[in-house]
Parts: sequence; C-alpha cells; structure tokens
Amino acid sequence: MTQSAPIRSRQGGSALIRVTWILIAVAVVVLLAVASVSFGSRDVTWDQIVSALSGHSDTFAEAAILKRVPRTVLAILVGAVLAVAGATLQAVTRNPLADPGILGISAGASLAVVISIVVIGIAAPWQYITAATCGAAVSAVLVYSIGSLGRGGATPLKLVLAGAATTAAFTSFVSAILLPRVAVLQDFRFWQIGGVGGATWERIAVVGPVLIVGVLVCATSARGLNSLALGDDMAAGLGVNVRRTRLIAAAGAVLLAGAATAIAGPIGFVGLIVPHLCRLLIGPDNRWLIPFAALVGAALLTAADVVGRVLPTEGEIEVGIVTAFIGAPFFIWIVRRQKVREL
Amino acid sequence: MTSTVTPARIAAATQLVAAGRHRRSRRRIIAVIALAAGVLVVFTLSLIFGHTTYSLTDVLRVIAGQEVAGASFTVGELRLPRATLAVLSGFAFGIAGVTFQSLLRNPLAAPDIIGISSGASAAAVVAIILLSWSPTAVSLAALAGALVTALAIYLLSRRGSFAGARLILIGIGIAAMLDSFITYVLSRAAAWDVQTAMQWLTGSVNGANWGSIRPLAIAVAVIAPLIFMQARNFAALGLGDDAAAALGVRVERTRLTLVLGAVGLMAFGTAGSGPIAFVAFMAGPIAGRIVGAGRPPLLAAGLVGALLVLIGDFLGQYAFGTRYPVGVVTGALGAPFLIYLLIRTYRAGGS
Repeated sequence: MTQSAPIRSRQGGSALIRVTWILIAVAVVVLLAVASVSFGSRDVTWDQIVSALSGHSDTFAEAAILKRVPRTVLAILVGAVLAVAGATLQAVTRNPLADPGILGISAGASLAVVISIVVIGIAAPWQYITAATCGAAVSAVLVYSIGSLGRGGATPLKLVLAGAATTAAFTSFVSAILLPRVAVLQDFRFWQIGGVGGATWERIAVVGPVLIVGVLVCATSARGLNSLALGDDMAAGLGVNVRRTRLIAAAGAVLLAGAATAIAGPIGFVGLIVPHLCRLLIGPDNRWLIPFAALVGAALLTAADVVGRVLPTEGEIEVGIVTAFIGAPFFIWIVRRQKVREL
Repeated sequence: MTSTVTPARIAAATQLVAAGRHRRSRRRIIAVIALAAGVLVVFTLSLIFGHTTYSLTDVLRVIAGQEVAGASFTVGELRLPRATLAVLSGFAFGIAGVTFQSLLRNPLAAPDIIGISSGASAAAVVAIILLSWSPTAVSLAALAGALVTALAIYLLSRRGSFAGARLILIGIGIAAMLDSFITYVLSRAAAWDVQTAMQWLTGSVNGANWGSIRPLAIAVAVIAPLIFMQARNFAALGLGDDAAAALGVRVERTRLTLVLGAVGLMAFGTAGSGPIAFVAFMAGPIAGRIVGAGRPPLLAAGLVGALLVLIGDFLGQYAFGTRYPVGVVTGALGAPFLIYLLIRTYRAGGS
C-alpha cells in the first residue's frame, strides 16, 4: 500500500482531481462556444446573440449568429470525435504517434469520397459518410498490415512511415482523379484543407448518430484498452480477449475518423495532441482519458476555428491549417522525447 | 588456417578481388553510358513527337538556330525549354536524392520525404505569389528555404546520439507543417489557378521558359561537378566515419560539401519545376539496381532522375485523355514504390 500511493498520484491523482479537470474542461468548452458565436468578421453584441438564439433573424447580426451556431456545434463534435479516435488508436496500437491523419486513415477516407463522387455520383451526406468510413477502414487495415511486417511488429516508426507512404499514394491518386474535373476540384479543394465553415443542421443531424455510436464503442472498450497497455500476454492473462478488444476499439476509431473526415475534411494532429495533453493532466486510465479527451478535443478545435477566423485581416484560415501549425511542433516534440530504441 | 596461407593463395585471392572490381566498374560504365544514351533518345523523341510530329532534320535545324516554319515555335519555344527543364531538374533531384540516401544510409531519407523540398517550395511560393519576385530571386529564396529547413531538421533531430529514424520522423512532421502553409498561401492567392497550384504541390514543367531554366542550369553546372569530385571520399564514408578518416578522408568537410551541394540542387530544381513528387526518392534505389553494389551511384541516379521526369512528363501530356502535370504521374508511380520499398525493408528485418 505504501508503494502504490505515490504511483497513484503520479498517474493523475484521485477521482476528485480528475472530476475537477473535467469540470474545468466543460467550462472551457462552454466559454469557447460563446466566443465562437460572438467573434467573426462581423462584431455582434450580447443583446443580438440573445435575441438571435431566441429565434429572431431580422438583422444581419442575428443572421450571422445563426450561421455561426451550427459551425460551433460541428467544431465541438469533430474535435471531440477526432480526439477520441486518436486516444483509442494510441491505445490499440500502443503507439504514441498514432493519429487518424498521420496513419493515413483520413487520406483513405478522402480517396474513397473522391472515387464515389466521380464514379457513382454520390451527393447525400449519408453517402459521403458511408464512403469515407469504408475508405478509412481499408486504409487502416492496409497501413497496419504494412507497418507490422517484419521483426518487432508495429513499431511507431514503421507505422508512421507506412501511414506517410499511404497518405502520399492516396493523395497522388486523388489529384490524378480530380485534375481533369474542374467542377469537382473546386468543391473538393476547400474540403481537402479541412474546415467546419460549411456546417448545416441537416449535415450535423446525419452525422451525429454515427458519431455517438463510435464514441460509445470506444468508451466501452476503455477497460479492455487499459489491460492492453500491459502487453498482449498480460492482458490475455487477465482474461481479456485481446484480439476482439483491439478489433472493436479500432473499428470504433475508424468509424469516427471516417465520419469526421466526411463532414469536415481531413483535419490532422488533433487526435495526436489531445490524448497526450490529457494523459499529462489526468493519467493514462482510458476510462477517464476518453471522455476527458473528447472535451479537450472539442475545446481545441473550437479554439483553432476561432483563431482562424479572428487572426487574419481578411478571409479566414481553415481550421485544418491551424491545427497543423499547432500539431506539427508537438509531433516533433514527442519524437524527440522517445528513445531511439523505441522508434 | 594460418598454415594454409601461402603466397600463391594470396596472389589468387588478390586476383579474384581485382577481377570482381574490374567487372563491377565495367558494369558501372556500361550502365551509365546506356542511361545517358537513353536520356538523349527520350529527349530527342519528346522534341519530335507531340500533337504535331516533326522530322528529326527539322528538329536539328531548329536547335541549330535556323528558321523552320511551324517547328521554330512548337519545338524551339515550347518543347525544347520543356524537355530541357525536365532533364535538368530530374538530374538535380536524382543526385540530391541519392546523396542524402547514401549519407544517411536509408532509402527513406530522400529530401522530398524529409521535408527539404517542402521548405524550398514554401519559400518559392511566398516569393512568387506574395512578393512577385524574378526567377533568379525565386531560386535564391528557395535555396534559403531549403537550407533553413535542412538546418532545422538537423538541429531538431540531434539529441544525444544522431539517429536516422528520428531525423526521418521529424522531417515528416516539418513537411506536414510546410505543406499546409503552402496550401494556405495558394488558397489565398488572388487568382487561384489549378496549374500554379499543381506546380507547387506536386511539380510540373508546364510553362517552362529560358528565364527560369538559367538559374537551374548554372546551379547544375557548378554543383554537380563539386559532388562528383567527392565521389571517392563519399564511397569511403560508406565504410564508417572512423575507417574513412583512417583512409585520409576529411570526414566533416566531405559530409558538409555533400549536404550543401545536395540541398542546393534540390532548391534550384524545386524553384524551376516545383517539387516533382518522389523523383529524388526513386532515382537512387533504381540507379542502385541498375549499376549494382559499390559506391553511391551519383551520375547514374542523376540520369535516372532525368529519365523519370522526361518519361513522366511525356506520359502525362499524351498518354491520358487529359494533360497531367509530371508530378501527378511520378507521384502515382512513386507512392506505391515507396510502399513496396517499405514492405521489402520490413520483411528483411530493418526499420
């Protein structure tokens, strides 16, 4: 007992501290949501926000606010979902560098969407989601099987390289398919950068249930994922069905990554950064980590969206570009922390 | 064992080694000559064939400076600069790629994978789109961008011991950031046009003109011989730093010359044609296969690079229904090659 106390505190402390952090995160998300509705190219007052939210859309300001609300909701949803997918993938692959973007899963979703637009002519949101999820699943399987060939199984370096190679391959195919089709290219160009600007309630309503199912799958796998952290043999010894746990959790993460990519384009690095930050704050227990990561991811993406709207003097910076600028230095920092042997 | 070593046996072994070396150097020379002939043939073919076909004599007369109706414009103004740019930038990318790959002893450490061409591209995009600089100034900006990126990657990956794996991962991270910066600048450009965007995202020799070829030609003429002169020292570096130093190689100076030369070639090539996807990465391994084991295949890799860009551009222009920039063709070829190379490396147990 005397030995377990310091270990406990190092891993994130008591339930009280965790609950406190989660409450803080909820407060931050609410604050950022308010900021996201208030800030933009048109300045609005409190009265206008209140009157717009109570159903008026008479003035320009109120109309602007009504357009910002679904955008904010989408940013919160996509941020939360990407962070949950990242946390789950990091636990499933036992790899600190796992992220839907880095592992090529988003690129697979993009390619599938493009092929479906061009070949089948899909247009409805649910078709986008189906295509993106199938593409995400195919590329996840591909990257994982390439990365786990050879000695040592799926090491972080091998997985990241396989992900980068797959991303490069899929991106070239996407360009090759799109270049002759200027009309599709114009739509796709903005989607490809990754943004939440095109949010509508209709699209959110379609993607929402899928996201909830995915988050629930990941959250219910949390206990099994905790055991996986001990190593496959130890987890099996504890009575966990290693293969099934890994498969179900990975399926949940792939579903989330595919659906998020379908609605907001490939947004990189959120799934990488957020789980690491959360682990520093509340420890590695996935049962706490996954919900906390969802909140922090929502906060991060909303903040990135607000920054991208407020920072430039004209126009806006898409949220995918903002997250790449925050995320890439973080990625480098994690790589520098690892020992060479572990890569 | 020692009792069986006789002068006769030593002489026989020496002869065997000498014969092997002789055979390999002959194979190298034949391969390089064949590749050079291949570049010449494809270069000539790409001048002759197109939507209108001209005879070889017409093409030669245009090159000689004579006025030929029709051909003077099509061949002299359109095809010749285009093919020249393709050869020069392919050559530059090939040499730069194999230099990096051999120095870091890893085929994945090509400058287009570890983000150096992204650095050159980012600087060039800013210089062209935001500042409207001249081609020479753009080349110098690309050089500065590539040097800063290379330095940043090197400094960030130096932590305790130097590790190739860390360098590649950090390069991938930096490339991700620079690429999203390029996308941002391009998407904010006053007149978004797909051609410009594709040139800076995947590379293209569309719209080649002598003004933008000149800096690249000068750079290749100066830097490539510098790198070739280091070939012997470079081969010695392959034995390890200590062995090379014992053989009388100034290790640090050789390495610095090679890295700066490769970064320079990469930067000028990128300023001329954009970062033509995967040429730097593919040329080295392909040249190694053709030439065989031994010292780094510098010249052969340059020639393979030139061939890749020439053939890729020719295919991109005429093989499909629409005209693709060369970078899309080399990208579609190169990315599966990258995956194949990964699978082969992992199977063999490396990482």
